[in-house]
Amino acid sequence: MFSILRDLIRYNIEFAIGLALVAIVVLFAALSFFSPVDPTLIYVAIPDQPPSAQYWFGTNSRGQDLFWQLSAAFRNSLIFGITVAVLSRIISIAVGLASGYIGGWVDRVLMFVNDIFVAIPIFPILVLFYFVLRNNMDSFTLALIMACFGWPFDARLIRSVALGLKHREFTRHAVFAGMSTRKVLLEEHLPYVMPIVFSTFMNNMLWSIGLEVTLAVLGFTNLNNPTIGTVLYWANSHSAMVVGVWWWILIPVILIVMTFLGLFLLAISMNEYIDPRSRLRRMGA
Amino acid sequence: MQGYLWFVGKRLLQLLAVIFCGISATFLVTHLSPVDPVEQVLGRLSARSNLSPEAIAATRAALTEMYGTGQPILQQYFNFWTRLLRGDLGPSLLAFPTPAMDLVGRAMPWTLGLLVTSTMITFIIGNLLGALAGYNPDNRFLKAFGLIAMGIQPIPYYVVAFILLIIFGYFFPILPVSGGFAMDVRPGLSWQFAGSILQHSILPALSLVLVGFGGWFLGMRALVSNVVNDDYVTYAELAGVKRSTIAGGYVIRNAMVPQITALAMAIGGVFSGTVITEQVFNYPGLGSLLIDAVNWGDYSLVLAVSTVSITAVAGAIFIVDLLHPLLDPRVRAE
Repeated sequence: MFSILRDLIRYNIEFAIGLALVAIVVLFAALSFFSPVDPTLIYVAIPDQPPSAQYWFGTNSRGQDLFWQLSAAFRNSLIFGITVAVLSRIISIAVGLASGYIGGWVDRVLMFVNDIFVAIPIFPILVLFYFVLRNNMDSFTLALIMACFGWPFDARLIRSVALGLKHREFTRHAVFAGMSTRKVLLEEHLPYVMPIVFSTFMNNMLWSIGLEVTLAVLGFTNLNNPTIGTVLYWANSHSAMVVGVWWWILIPVILIVMTFLGLFLLAISMNEYIDPRSRLRRMGA
Repeated sequence: MQGYLWFVGKRLLQLLAVIFCGISATFLVTHLSPVDPVEQVLGRLSARSNLSPEAIAATRAALTEMYGTGQPILQQYFNFWTRLLRGDLGPSLLAFPTPAMDLVGRAMPWTLGLLVTSTMITFIIGNLLGALAGYNPDNRFLKAFGLIAMGIQPIPYYVVAFILLIIFGYFFPILPVSGGFAMDVRPGLSWQFAGSILQHSILPALSLVLVGFGGWFLGMRALVSNVVNDDYVTYAELAGVKRSTIAGGYVIRNAMVPQITALAMAIGGVFSGTVITEQVFNYPGLGSLLIDAVNWGDYSLVLAVSTVSITAVAGAIFIVDLLHPLLDPRVRAE
């Protein structure tokens, strides 16, 4: 495990940059556990102060210290992304492995459902959920809904690997040795799809955090809960750029770009790691 | 040919299933939730005015009849489908008494125009440059281009649109940043109107293109660089086939197939991006309509926009899927 990590950092500059960016953002988000102020309160600092020694990232027009505000926002958004990714990974592993290994009508039914989920545009559905739930929609409900829509791509990917594993020698040995289907899937096949699960984990986080930002910017989430999107929403609704509070927009945007770029680089470099041909080319072998 | 018809039939069945499930989902979400649309509208009405209790009771009765919420859920579901098939989802509250479907019909061309042109531009530019970059891996210009694409691609639509808005609205005010056409132009079939529409669509389209093309570029580059190493390409090179023929007919055509599948899958995401872009640039399309409808608590309009957009996205995916076997004979034979 550690030698893989070391090799990736040494030979794959994208992985190293991505890891560094994500590490910075995660550390910054983790700081919020030591936050001296409650990030949901407003008017606790002097409004509209530019970045200074006292307020590193300045304060916003709602009288919040942006440093701690953003730290809490990134923590919430990252936790949200991880929740969605974990939940949807569970669905996609279950569907992908079952459909690839069992085959037959199970496969056809699961893939039919899968194709329906791929084709339904999620955004109108999410807006609809907000429309009926309004402020009862907390981020966990949102995460659950998104997890129900975030699995089909990856289930198909996992299925394609599982199809190949099905006819390998070791699967036959396991079956002849009397392993149950559940055991074959969990103990024999799951380790083979883990790299895909990790790389799609990052992609799924990008997708869900991006959608959360989209919804929040439009005002379609619980706006009192600080997340990346709600920070932008409030900056927007106070016309931060027009009144000259540029740090309220600029600093979050820089951090968002760092987060997204970092996760994206991790995802593609892991994808490359999975495909050994491109890995060998990079290492000059 | 028969194989192709089978393929079309199978896909058509799938299209109908998607539309049916999607629209049923919108119905279930709106009708099984504890929130009553009648009470929501009443809450909005009575918050801004001082109506008498009798007037409120009368409004409640009228709204209950209009939404049909007094009936059992199965009956409502059935009614919903019959009304939907007639294209009538009731009047919109936002622009009472215009039917919600009329408003959707008016907004549809704007979104469709923006979405189709920007998706096509994105797809063509991204794939073409990606293919070139994969085929000529040592070209410095294309390498730099790849880095830029990688940098922009993961940024959310909103942030890119907003940065464009700041640049072109604040620092270099050379392009219109709001609306679908200029206020002083009369809508009609004139060059002036067409020019105004074009001018106003540049920034929204540009933001969609900027976010979208990176994905195609990177995907195509990876695909092409894999195909180039395949045996049949080496064989064609040894046999002395012209380089341009190899690139066009051998490499790009094969690498295109997964990209077409990806296009079908990306359409839903592009639609969400369009909603945001329209909101940022105040573009008079479906997205702006949806947002207004939600903010106003306009029940019929929200249902109308969601059903139409689900149908439209599913239809677009269907059309792209039909192109698939034309490129890949294996799908036809299946």
